[in-house]
Amino acid sequence: MFDIDKWQEIFSTLQKNKLRTFLTAFSVAWGIFMLIILLGSGNGLENAMRKGFKSSMINSMWIFGRQTTMPYKGLKAGRYIQLTNEDYERVKQNIKEVELISSRYHMQGNNYVAYKDKSVNFEIRTVFPDYLPIENIIMKEGRFINNIDIAKKRKVAIISTDVKKELFKTNHAIGKYIIVNGFSVQVVGVFEDIDDWDNNRCVYLPVTTAQLLYGGSNDITMLSLTVPVSSSLKESKRIEEKIRTEISKIHHFDPKDESAVGIGNSLEDMNMFLNLFFSIRFFVWVIGIMTIIAGIVGVSNIMTIVVKERTKEIGIRKAIGARPGSIIGMILQESVFITSLAGFVGLLLGTGLLELIRRYIPENDFFYNPEADIRIAVAATIVLIIAGLLAGFYPSRRAARIKPIVALRDE
Amino acid sequence: MCLKFVKENFFVMIKLNNIHKTYYNGSPLHVLKGINLNIEKGEFVSIMGSSGSGKSTLLNIIGILDNYDEGGYWLDGTHIMNMNEKKAAYFRNQMIGFVFQSFNLIPFKNAMENVALPLYYQKVSRKKRNKLALEFLDRLGLKQWAEHSPNELSGGEKQRVAIARAMISNPKVILADEPTGALDSETSFEVMKILREINKQGITILIVTHERDISHMTDRIIKLHDGIIAK
Repeated sequence: MFDIDKWQEIFSTLQKNKLRTFLTAFSVAWGIFMLIILLGSGNGLENAMRKGFKSSMINSMWIFGRQTTMPYKGLKAGRYIQLTNEDYERVKQNIKEVELISSRYHMQGNNYVAYKDKSVNFEIRTVFPDYLPIENIIMKEGRFINNIDIAKKRKVAIISTDVKKELFKTNHAIGKYIIVNGFSVQVVGVFEDIDDWDNNRCVYLPVTTAQLLYGGSNDITMLSLTVPVSSSLKESKRIEEKIRTEISKIHHFDPKDESAVGIGNSLEDMNMFLNLFFSIRFFVWVIGIMTIIAGIVGVSNIMTIVVKERTKEIGIRKAIGARPGSIIGMILQESVFITSLAGFVGLLLGTGLLELIRRYIPENDFFYNPEADIRIAVAATIVLIIAGLLAGFYPSRRAARIKPIVALRDE
Repeated sequence: MCLKFVKENFFVMIKLNNIHKTYYNGSPLHVLKGINLNIEKGEFVSIMGSSGSGKSTLLNIIGILDNYDEGGYWLDGTHIMNMNEKKAAYFRNQMIGFVFQSFNLIPFKNAMENVALPLYYQKVSRKKRNKLALEFLDRLGLKQWAEHSPNELSGGEKQRVAIARAMISNPKVILADEPTGALDSETSFEVMKILREINKQGITILIVTHERDISHMTDRIIKLHDGIIAK
């Protein structure tokens, strides 16, 4: 491999055809460049998504009542299922996989929150204490809803930093009374939820308090709960079934009726994204490899012409004792050299550009840390060497078949 | 009988026995029609004949560049028959030196590298073969041209480089196909003088030519006519 003569020969033949060598090398370099850029971009997209998911790296589910589609035990289809406190209790008691659980009660109509002369529309969420870890809410001041609030239906509120800023500016909020939809409640905590802009523009109330104040009686809008994160999608699906069955006993619908209650599952969403990333990566590889194949054809073409031009030289070599194997080796080495060198130039340019993007792109939710890791570089190297061998295969065979008497015939 | 055995095995370099060769390009062309020829060790022989007489084909068969259809060929006692390319390359490299009419030097290699090339295929180290190549160039008075590429040399110089290349692997036979065909008469004589000196060192030389005065500088003239040796 490190035979000076072979390399010297390769360089001298390449030098004789600079433009052609460049054009050929360019197609391979371009293929690798595109592959790296595409794979890097795919990674950037994926990293951004994963970063977004990181805070919700718990397997959460949310359950809400819908409409039945199957008749069941004399009850006709089309009934609306209204979840109640009983669902909360029964799911909490009977489904052992449930780790954290909270019900939520949504208030209908316009929600306003007022303090002194200021009144602003905010979302009102009424929940259980478990909601804090489920949503990954960070407390800044005071406390979150506790079990005593729930039991005694205390009129307390936890507001977000955004709400505090709008109503209280820089003043203290803890202990102050605000008006929520006409009822006076006391602020006991300030939180921050940076995951999502919406999450930081709301007010939390104990769910029992809300049911009492706003006429909800026993109704709840939805259940939020978490299950062990280690569980697989299949396991997660099984838990969904158990929950649906449990609820079906309360509301008398067919446990197989999937539209009676809606169940959202974060693991399922996650899985969807993982599938999406897999597809993107697959697509990128297909495009990259297609481009490289175009490069291979180019290199192969050039090498065939090179062999043709060097017919006489190869004939001389054979006459003075070159074995067919050494001729094949010479052409293959040249071909692998062109493709590898060009490929590495493409690799270098691609990773260079990715590095620039990574360094200078402003932080955003859609693109984060685009990188082509070492695995891609190794894979690309293997692809290149195989490409070089493929490109050189036909021309080298042709070269090996050159007959000295034909090559050396004087015209 | 005994003498003949000794003679054939110890003095004969090239032995051709009823060699036939037919080319099948379109209509079959029977080029060699039974060649019987013995060339002894140390002989300086020329093959003469008009174009189409089969002299180049004969040289190709002797040079193991081409196969024959019928008969037998022994080179220094080795039966050369239907060799695969690898084996043929080995024998060419070890036993035969070629000199061509159009020199056939590799244009992007300098004189020294051209001369050293046969040793490259014998896996001699670069340093060693370049040193040897310089010695051979020196013997042919071309030492100062060692670093020059072939296109900077005159025709006679090119042919001397080619002769040095043929000699470097220390062959048993040098086959020269019209070695003076592209040279003027003065240079031709120089080249023939060099070949004669090489022959004096004991190397068998066989040249193909159509020039009468060139052939007269060899020890024996074999006239080929229409595929058979003319008496």
